[in-house]
Amino acid sequence: MKTKYILPESLDKNSVPQVYEQCSKNEDLLYLDFSRVVSIDSAGVALVDYLKNKIPQLQLLNISDSITETMQTFKTELVPETDSRKENYFERIGEKTVEFAKSFKEALFLTADISFWSFISIFNRKGHRKGAVVQQSLLIGVDTLGIISLLSIILGLIIALQSAAQLRQFGANIFIADLIAIAMVREVGPMMTAIILAGRSGSAIASEIATMKVTEELDALRMMAINPVRYVMVPKFSAITICMPFLVIWSTAIGILGGLVIAVFYLDLSVTAYMTEIFEVLTLKDILVGLSKSIIFAWVIVIIGSYFGLNVEGGAEGVGKVTTKSVVVSIFMVIFFDVIFSLLYLGG
Amino acid sequence: MEPIIKVSNLTAKFDSTTILSNINIEIFPKQITVILGKSGCGKTTLLKNILKLYTPSAGTVEMFGQDITKMDEESLETILQKIGMLFQNGALLNSLDIYNNIRIPLEQHTNLPDEVIDRMISAKLKLVGLENAEKMLPSELSGGMKKRAALARAMILDPNILFCDEPSAGLDPVTSANLDKLLLKLKKQLNMTLVIVTHELASIHRIADHIIFLENGKVGFSGKLAAVMQSNNSDIKNFFASGKF
Repeated sequence: MKTKYILPESLDKNSVPQVYEQCSKNEDLLYLDFSRVVSIDSAGVALVDYLKNKIPQLQLLNISDSITETMQTFKTELVPETDSRKENYFERIGEKTVEFAKSFKEALFLTADISFWSFISIFNRKGHRKGAVVQQSLLIGVDTLGIISLLSIILGLIIALQSAAQLRQFGANIFIADLIAIAMVREVGPMMTAIILAGRSGSAIASEIATMKVTEELDALRMMAINPVRYVMVPKFSAITICMPFLVIWSTAIGILGGLVIAVFYLDLSVTAYMTEIFEVLTLKDILVGLSKSIIFAWVIVIIGSYFGLNVEGGAEGVGKVTTKSVVVSIFMVIFFDVIFSLLYLGG
Repeated sequence: MEPIIKVSNLTAKFDSTTILSNINIEIFPKQITVILGKSGCGKTTLLKNILKLYTPSAGTVEMFGQDITKMDEESLETILQKIGMLFQNGALLNSLDIYNNIRIPLEQHTNLPDEVIDRMISAKLKLVGLENAEKMLPSELSGGMKKRAALARAMILDPNILFCDEPSAGLDPVTSANLDKLLLKLKKQLNMTLVIVTHELASIHRIADHIIFLENGKVGFSGKLAAVMQSNNSDIKNFFASGKF
């Protein structure tokens, strides 16, 4: 191997890979000859610095003033990485627990804040934009009617179809109405509406609030002596509280209609018999349980959306992350509260 | 001297609103050309039309002797590798840390070994005064720091032409002066051509070789810095007088 390497005319990003290949493998290299070099860029300087670091006795020959000047500009000194101690398993669990407790406390405070200002807003409309509740009701309620109707009728049809075949074997055709009524009023109606709202309105709430936080709109409101919770979140909370029961009633009615189609065309029941059975089997308690849990689901969706929106970190990337998180957590919490309701009303 | 960029009869419209009207300019190599004018006069639109980020409604843009307005995507990519662009708000990728943001062009367009890439990134960050920011996310940086990190990314391939949209906006006077020194070094040592949109009068006096003054979407003046100071155009006079109280 040669002890001297003559560098090419142009030591730039195009020629550097080849020079690197030849020089880094040459263990006898002692001199880099710049006599032919006319131009050098930052890739060339980085290579020379790398070689100088790798071979301490390396000498640079015939180097011109202009090349020296460029080398001075792009001079590199890599800072050695400091080894940071790795956290052990228990430390990570502890950290996550503390983080969770902190988030839980913050979410509780936010819930209290939103609930308080929502209650106040019943008597005192000051503090949020005129027409905001109506506008939010249109967004959360009216705009979701289509998708809720479509999914409810499909679910009504599916549940009825799956059960009809079994009920027919025992000649218990009429009980299709009982099954559909109880399932739709107590479970499917509220749950499905909540999941659709979590995906549609919950994500919209989280991303809107997160964007407002990132672009300092919430800070601007505070500086105008306007409470952001009252101005931004309370109208959403009021709107979803008003809309959710109506959406659930609508979804349940459409689901029952889906069941009616199967009952009439597959099980040969009359419309009157089906509807009479529905009204006979349903109790006021069933309806109230369905509606009350739907309101809890609605609050969960708004509070989780607002919480994640307020806790956004970073820019556009952060908005996307909190939106996804809010949908996942909302759906999980809706199911969690549904389980609690089911346990509370286990007896009937 | 042949111009490195030649814009001929360029017109830019958004719907029915004309932003730029019949622009004819020439930008010469190894010079710093400053585009200036009042807010909303079309400076950024001109820059984005030159770079084909917007498609001009009419006219041509020749870069390195080739008309890029009619160029296919493949040929355009070859041209774009010789260009660096510093956007007004930095335009760093928020999901990547600063090191990886700057690494993107090197990884995509060169075969350089990792040892060289690391040193190049470190050198460029040092030049913009962000030695310790490699591991930080853009969201953890201030506006000025983001802009400097974006400049490091724009010049990582040592481009032939570097476009900067308001490079000194949001920077303190000392950092701004250091940035100007760096731009002058890039011009001198790497024979770089720089096209800069700026409002900063101090910066213009420090770095400009050639001035293009836009007014209401038209070229109000194009020439040397010394000549612009002698201009009788009232808008130009007001612009340069605005720094004196």
